[in-house]
Amino acid sequence: MDRLAFLLATGLARGAIFALFALSLVLIWRAARIINFAQGAMALVATYLAFAVTGLTGSYAAGLAAGILGGAAVGFVVERGLMRHAPHSSPLSGIIVAIGLVMVLQSLLGIFFGPQYRPMTAPFDETPIFVGDVPLLSPYDLFVLVAALAVMGGLALLFTRTSLGLQLRASAFAPEVSRLLGVRVDRMVTIGWMLSAAVAALAAMLLIPTELGLNPHSTDILFVYAFTVAVVGGLDSPVGALLGGLVVGVVMSLVTGYLGSTVAPIGVLVLLVAVLLVKPGGIFSMRQARTA
Amino acid sequence: MTGRRVPRLLPGLTGTRRVLVTAVVLTVLALGGTFLLDPFRNFQLATAAAYLCAVAGLTLLIGLSGQLSLGHAALMAAGGYGYALTSNALTDAGLDGLPRFLASLVAAVVIACLLGLLLGLAAARLRGPYLAGLTLALVIALPAITSVWSPVFRGDQGLQTAYNPVPTALERLIAVEQWQAWVAILVASVVVTALTIVRRGTLGLRMRAVRDDETAARLNGVPARSVKVAAFTVSAAAAGAGGAVLCFITQSVSPGGYTLAFSLLLVVAAIVGGLGSIGGAVIGSMVIVVLPWLLGAGTAALDLPAELEQRLSGNLAVLVFGALLIAVMLLRPDGLAGLAGAWRRRRARRGGSALPRAATTPPAAADSLDPAGVADTSGHSRTIPIER
Repeated sequence: MDRLAFLLATGLARGAIFALFALSLVLIWRAARIINFAQGAMALVATYLAFAVTGLTGSYAAGLAAGILGGAAVGFVVERGLMRHAPHSSPLSGIIVAIGLVMVLQSLLGIFFGPQYRPMTAPFDETPIFVGDVPLLSPYDLFVLVAALAVMGGLALLFTRTSLGLQLRASAFAPEVSRLLGVRVDRMVTIGWMLSAAVAALAAMLLIPTELGLNPHSTDILFVYAFTVAVVGGLDSPVGALLGGLVVGVVMSLVTGYLGSTVAPIGVLVLLVAVLLVKPGGIFSMRQARTA
Repeated sequence: MTGRRVPRLLPGLTGTRRVLVTAVVLTVLALGGTFLLDPFRNFQLATAAAYLCAVAGLTLLIGLSGQLSLGHAALMAAGGYGYALTSNALTDAGLDGLPRFLASLVAAVVIACLLGLLLGLAAARLRGPYLAGLTLALVIALPAITSVWSPVFRGDQGLQTAYNPVPTALERLIAVEQWQAWVAILVASVVVTALTIVRRGTLGLRMRAVRDDETAARLNGVPARSVKVAAFTVSAAAAGAGGAVLCFITQSVSPGGYTLAFSLLLVVAAIVGGLGSIGGAVIGSMVIVVLPWLLGAGTAALDLPAELEQRLSGNLAVLVFGALLIAVMLLRPDGLAGLAGAWRRRRARRGGSALPRAATTPPAAADSLDPAGVADTSGHSRTIPIER
């Protein structure tokens, strides 16, 4: 019973990170109708920046801030420099350009920083706090949960309560009408990419200290799991990303805890297949009109 | 095989028969070509031929039916494991030589086919990004699958298969590497010919219809879902044959050989060569075998510091491939095969001497009047019209 409680609690903390990363995928999907397969690699660039800044200044907060700003900058460069010029004739071309970008970014990181794992230290203790006799969350897990929920809350406020959020939503759903009404749709798409890349960078920076360490491939698995989360939740739905993240986090934690860490990727695959077969557009997807 | 130069040589041949004759001629040329190469080059050629099976299947899937698979490495692995398991079982049963190879090859294709059918059934319900993600998860889960069922797949270590010597009749004539290249070329030519016939036939036409407008295709009575499933299954069978050949060449199969990076490499080959074009698949699989080797030789010749060279060794090729992928997608979505076509057209427009028939009819019209050429010109996923 103790073990179950512990696994559930850590699963929630891990799930919050998946949810955050999945949310970043949902942000781009809503803004540009692209699944950004390069999201993990872009977040990794920002994480290396954060690592360097923390190493130079000795301050975790400075590194975190630099990473988030760096993530936004990477999003800006990628959208303006690359994605905007991808041909729109086929829905696949955006995905393929993103895959090329993954290869370029990962190999550049490998050339500049080498293949070795760099330890990224967490700013808080990672030993779990005991509640009674039951080990639950570590202070770092708590920090992750609070940070993830705060960012999600902030994004919800941005999208529902501000004029910028209204413009972002409008240009995502009806670009032509929005343009007629004076919304700068191109600028909104760029802002969507910057927001999304910054959120992804934050998620990567929160996960990497608890996982293996910093390496040109550390976000591969994060991307796959977050993609699963986004699909399970429905690519259009931020609420789906949040709930999906928590579900996948808990499922993974339970599978890892009871069946071993090698089984976890199979668990994810099974979950993905099961959800897609029952609801091809994800659990929280909107109803689609009949096509034929 | 898409070339319009062939009718000049054999103007009487059309349709499937022309494809078959072309295939035989090209295969004989390739087999003869192995005598000009040293053992290492022959090994590279055999590897390229194995990749060609998978790339040709993938180019058909992406280019014609518009479904992106990032999991063709896993389908190749299914073929490789199917080949190795059958081959080992038959070795235990006392069988060897050609019967063992053929039976193992058939088993490999059947197993890859079944996996492809399962994936295709899921794919028929999914749109682009969802399918790409599902196949991506399959590749990521591959090492976990082999280690969970390690009594069968033997985990990271993988399976070893028995050595296939050169047949005694040919022993004096050719070396092992050349024999392997021969087998690889023969399998690849059968696979590629079959795919070419599918591409030109009804299924190919239906795949294009579904890719371009699924609703319109359905309204015209095309069973869109079955077409998508069929496309995935055919493509998986080709990848399975490629995996079997690769296992035949290296005598082993392990999850380390079928990583996500390898899957992406197959996508690079399909796209750089030219989506939907079989000739493009040939170019693409040559590129992904030769380019890393050229880059490795290049950096070795530069006499760089040891650490830098080590960092460049794996990464430089990936960097170049990624950049190529982006460049092709942004600048020439029809790939290198499209480049060759554009060059042919420009020559035809300038002088007309390249195409003798151009003297009487304008080259574009001659192309579209050629009954066999119709399928060719509309077959490529040339999203950007080149004839302006």
